[in-house]
Amino acid sequence: MTKRLIALLLLLGLGTIFADLIRGFTPDPALNMSAQFYAARTVVDTGAANIVTAIIVTFRGLDTLGEVTVLFLTAAIVALVLGGNVSGVKPRNWPVGELLQTGTKLLVPLIVLFGAYVFINGHLTPGGGFQGGAILASAVLLLLLANPARRFGHQLISRVEAVSGLFYVGIGVLGLVLAGGFLDNRILPLGEFGSILSAGAIPLIYALIGLKVGAEFSSIMASLSESEDK
Amino acid sequence: MTLLNLAMGTGFILILIGLFGALTQRDILRMIVGFTIAATGTNLVLIAVGFLPNRTAPILESTAPMADAIVDPVPQALVLTAIVIGLGVTALMLAFAYKIHAAKGTLDISKLTDLKW
Repeated sequence: MTKRLIALLLLLGLGTIFADLIRGFTPDPALNMSAQFYAARTVVDTGAANIVTAIIVTFRGLDTLGEVTVLFLTAAIVALVLGGNVSGVKPRNWPVGELLQTGTKLLVPLIVLFGAYVFINGHLTPGGGFQGGAILASAVLLLLLANPARRFGHQLISRVEAVSGLFYVGIGVLGLVLAGGFLDNRILPLGEFGSILSAGAIPLIYALIGLKVGAEFSSIMASLSESEDK
Repeated sequence: MTLLNLAMGTGFILILIGLFGALTQRDILRMIVGFTIAATGTNLVLIAVGFLPNRTAPILESTAPMADAIVDPVPQALVLTAIVIGLGVTALMLAFAYKIHAAKGTLDISKLTDLKW
């Protein structure tokens, strides 16, 4: 009871601070200087239509590489913590409805296609590698739901992840050699604004990020799913 | 203006609900849900901070300068990062919760007293 009271008091204090913050907040009348820089330089420097993508892939590309590394570490730690010898254990069989099984067969190719669409169009429309990767992983999740005993090859998942990560860093180093700096997207021609093969290396980098993120999420889900066997 | 306050207020309320859940629940899975709700609230607040009234999404339609027609793209890029990292944190919390359950047979933190003296 006292614990609940202490928690409530703490939240009351936080709530007062938050209410004060909302009351004191007025939106900026114009973009601040960094946002103005991104808005002005995106088309000239990267050729992308989506400014968020230009920031994530090019202007702050190194941070995104770090972010993908964090995700890789998460997948590795989850596999390490939940891993262990599962080879001799027979997976339990849950009853799965006919509707889910048939629906999975219909939906999984469409979901994979949609995921690829989202990450290849990341420089033109809302979306990108992380979102597309999450959509790819949701196809894997659907497969796991339809057949909980299904086992994915960790070898394949980690190979997709390793190869796309390697190419990602390789493109970054190419930018260092051929263009202005690490992960510079101007190693390929910027192309016509608004077309799918434009914005230099951004579609390529985002496709690699999409594959890598999809593989990492799939690896996390496969580890979590296999832990049910034990 | 009102839409902005609504979004920001919802975000702060979600943070408070999530923290309340994380602080008062005894079950680790429910605490994880609380943390996830609080993380969603933080993202909503961040997006609301970058919102400018009567402006559109930071996606250019032509090569003409649009600096006075779009909202701030930087918080959106930050939130994209925050969502991904939040997912990683949630996955780690779930993995550790599984390990605790495997070792102790319970997810109730009031029964996990190894570090209490």
